[in-house]
Amino acid sequence: MGLDLLPVLIRGAGITIQLTLVSAALALGMALVAGLARLSPLWPLRFAAGLYVEVFRGTSVLVQLFWFYFALPLFGIRLDAFTAGVLALGLNVGAYGAEVVRGAIRSVPVGQTEAAIALNFTPWQRMRRIILPQAFVLMLPPFGNQLIELLKATALVSLITIPEMTFQGLTLRQTTGRTNEIFLWLLVLYFAVAYPLTLGVRWIERRVGAYTRA
Amino acid sequence: MGLRFDWDWAFAWEILPRLLEGAWITLQATVVGFALALAIGLLLALGRRGPRLLSIPTTVFIEFVRSTPLLVQLYVLYFILPNFGISMSAFLTGVIGLGLHYGTYLSEVYRAGIENVPRGQWEAAIALNFGTRTTWKNIVLPQAIPPMLPAFGNYFIVMFKETPLLSAITVVELLQTAKIIGSRTFSYVEPYTLVGIIFLMLSYPAALVVNRLEARFARYRS
Repeated sequence: MGLDLLPVLIRGAGITIQLTLVSAALALGMALVAGLARLSPLWPLRFAAGLYVEVFRGTSVLVQLFWFYFALPLFGIRLDAFTAGVLALGLNVGAYGAEVVRGAIRSVPVGQTEAAIALNFTPWQRMRRIILPQAFVLMLPPFGNQLIELLKATALVSLITIPEMTFQGLTLRQTTGRTNEIFLWLLVLYFAVAYPLTLGVRWIERRVGAYTRA
Repeated sequence: MGLRFDWDWAFAWEILPRLLEGAWITLQATVVGFALALAIGLLLALGRRGPRLLSIPTTVFIEFVRSTPLLVQLYVLYFILPNFGISMSAFLTGVIGLGLHYGTYLSEVYRAGIENVPRGQWEAAIALNFGTRTTWKNIVLPQAIPPMLPAFGNYFIVMFKETPLLSAITVVELLQTAKIIGSRTFSYVEPYTLVGIIFLMLSYPAALVVNRLEARFARYRS
């Protein structure tokens, strides 16, 4: 069964989860900032956010990871592997998230904005108290799906030597040669972390569906 | 830590042809992987609609593949299959990995498309005494597939951007070519930046095409 392999893999799983959470926080921040900027009345903001979204969605996350880790140092900016990993994953997922934010805000009925204007809310109050709370509910299911994709994408940072779960598996394979057991455990462990998330997202989807129909 | 920009145009020009060769392999992997995913996705979608003996294992397979990273799946195919006497080239292994992984995603697209065909169409096919095969081939699929095209287009672009993962199992595609150039010359800026630009130049226009398809089908529906 190879139970003796588990402690090392689980130590890697700790780093996988840590990476997922830190990158998710960065992605959420970038998604909100870029998503709002894309709806801004100021064109330089719209342009900058659009550029960010298209560049990070248009190139591959692995290419971005390698660029941050191998190419940036030659511009004199040296990042440790963990920082490069978090930057690439967070900025990549944030670009997809920005589109979610934009779509959710735009799907809040225009009557809500008009009512807020009629009630003499400032634009900031309008966004924070009326539009965002309603849009946020719609963002939850796609954000949940992106969190699962992010979790799976953390396996990529094994290629820049961050000792997360896949990296630990590859190292174990070199030292023990027990390829079959190691990779089957890896699959099982990833599934054990990701599948509860999937079920959670489906539960949220049903709740949000009930909310939007009401 | 001073910022310096030592971008070497001559070097960039020199390596461009080799990178484009890598991009060609990337495109081939995407097209073959996507064709496989289309076939596997359809089989999985049909399997899910089948009797319980078929639909339960199919669902388990789909959920499992979707909940684990493609990279680990590629390693499984690349390192474990040879232990069972199955050896394939790295390219073939990678393409099968891509096809299986995205086949599970495409099965959802097929499922939604098939469920969108109105019930009346099935009933009419039964009333006209069509067999199962004829019903699927002539009635259901021709109506189900066109609205799926934008979703297929999106997944094609997603797969294109995932092909660099094949570099991890030694397929010399675009990213691997850049890696090899980088490790020989110790200059990583030009190769990796060019790889990013090549990806952007191919995927951005493709995304615009898919957007237009989406707009067209949205109009067609209303």
